[in-house]
Amino acid sequence: MPAIEILGLEKTYEVGFWRKRPKRALHPLNLSVEEGEIFGFLGPNGAGKTTTLKLLMGLARPTAGAARILGMENDDPRVKAQIGFLPEQPYFYDYLTARELLRYYAHLSGVPSGEIANKVSAMLERVGLPTSAADVQLRKFSKGMMQRVGIAQAILHDPKVVFLDEPMSGLDPVGRREVRDLIERLKQEGKTVFFSTHILSDAEALCDRVAILHLGELRSVGAVAELTAGVRGKVELIWAGTTIPASLKALGAECHATSDSVRAILPEEKQEAAIEALKRERLRLISLVPLRSTLEDYFVQQVEQAKPAQAMAVRS
Amino acid sequence: MSGRIAYIAANTFREAVRDRVLYNLIAFAVLMSAAAVLVGQISIDIERLVVVNLGLSAVSLFGVVIAIFVGIGLVSKEIDKRTLYTVLSRPVRRWEFIAGKFLGLAGTLAVNTALMAVGVFGALLYVSHHFQSSDGWVLVALYFIGLQFLIITALSLLFSTFSSPLLSSVFAFSLFVIGSFAEDLRGFAGIVRGPTHWLATAAAYLVPNFSALNLISSVAHEQPISGQLVLYNTAYALVYTGMVLCGAVLIFERRNLK
Repeated sequence: MPAIEILGLEKTYEVGFWRKRPKRALHPLNLSVEEGEIFGFLGPNGAGKTTTLKLLMGLARPTAGAARILGMENDDPRVKAQIGFLPEQPYFYDYLTARELLRYYAHLSGVPSGEIANKVSAMLERVGLPTSAADVQLRKFSKGMMQRVGIAQAILHDPKVVFLDEPMSGLDPVGRREVRDLIERLKQEGKTVFFSTHILSDAEALCDRVAILHLGELRSVGAVAELTAGVRGKVELIWAGTTIPASLKALGAECHATSDSVRAILPEEKQEAAIEALKRERLRLISLVPLRSTLEDYFVQQVEQAKPAQAMAVRS
Repeated sequence: MSGRIAYIAANTFREAVRDRVLYNLIAFAVLMSAAAVLVGQISIDIERLVVVNLGLSAVSLFGVVIAIFVGIGLVSKEIDKRTLYTVLSRPVRRWEFIAGKFLGLAGTLAVNTALMAVGVFGALLYVSHHFQSSDGWVLVALYFIGLQFLIITALSLLFSTFSSPLLSSVFAFSLFVIGSFAEDLRGFAGIVRGPTHWLATAAAYLVPNFSALNLISSVAHEQPISGQLVLYNTAYALVYTGMVLCGAVLIFERRNLK
């Protein structure tokens, strides 16, 4: 049984004050996430990631379609007791201390009263909030500390499925590493993690599978290795000297000269022509290295492919 | 009552306390102390009447202002600040959230009113040097003021589910003013004919009848209040509040959070 099943989920908002017109934020989306997976939900700003998460959490009503989590309707209270959610740029009741806030959420999530004090203390420690900060009102917290509180409230009640909307947002490099480690630990504990991000290196490092969403439409789903395998490869050439042959530039190479060598990156299929160009100019080739395609290459390719369609839509 | 409603109510109460809503009690205490001292010096035989009138009017005014200004933000503020996201993504139903918010503010007003009542009776004791049996009616008038607060809180909460705080406060204050003249509106409906009669009658029965819940003048003049009126007003306020809350739930259930 999939942990998350999205079946034709669609959302159209009405915009405008007097003459309302429909604006489709999410085209019918079909997606399935298996139990124990770390699933990355990627897309540029405005792609529809947050809209999808709001629909899954029951915060917005879908125009059409449905979603099932752990085999039950997504807004069934039995399901909600088993999921955790971190919204994007979370904001909490700032008149409460971190400890009070977590206690409140623990009560709402149905954690037995006798276990709450210990769970809250353990969770504050787990997300790296110092003991001295636990009893300070949240209005005095930095953005990074608030993000840690947000993560703590999402996993406090030991949920089976965790939804994180931009979990690394607002964190410094150390904080980001800690969150990455935490997500990996959640997977080791058998939990399913569904997280949205536009930081592709995080997704590449963590995810079993990713989905790319652009302009409210699903562009692709799969394991990172599968997706990037289809991307046209690139090679890196380095030669001695500072001369950049004009014929090499004509091949579309990106060239960077240093004091004693030149580094060029160009598509794999133009490698032979580039070597010929270097021979003609009597330049000494130092190295030729194929470059691994990254998720970023694939992502950019997907977004670029969508541009003509986007332009057509704007013109019409 | 479900535990979740109680926790939401307790958190709403805590928010009001930490946002210094109860600081209005200081202003009230100063007002009652000054009134008690001054009335004793300038009034002859009407000290009790002045203290009851002034005290109960102040209780009503302070409570209405709190009910409206806190009530209009109960839902809209949570939507604007997105604090609602982490509540409704838990096993909390939307109607439980509305019920919890309502009870939290109603509880805050109950504590506020109880403390103010102590102030009113303190001032009465100061000017009269003893309590009398008719002072019991002051408690009934305070109870009716509490019923008014329930209705105003529910109305503010209703507006908060679909409107901005500014518009909500305008709607709530307008209804409070019109409702305070509901009996006059019913009288007007009785003397006009045709469509105006139907419109005035509909409006008179649609707006909350706050004038029926305002017995400040009667108890100031030591007029008794019938048990039947207490029962009728209690039933009216509870039914009206319940219907308004049902409306708030119906709107909130369909609402998309931005």
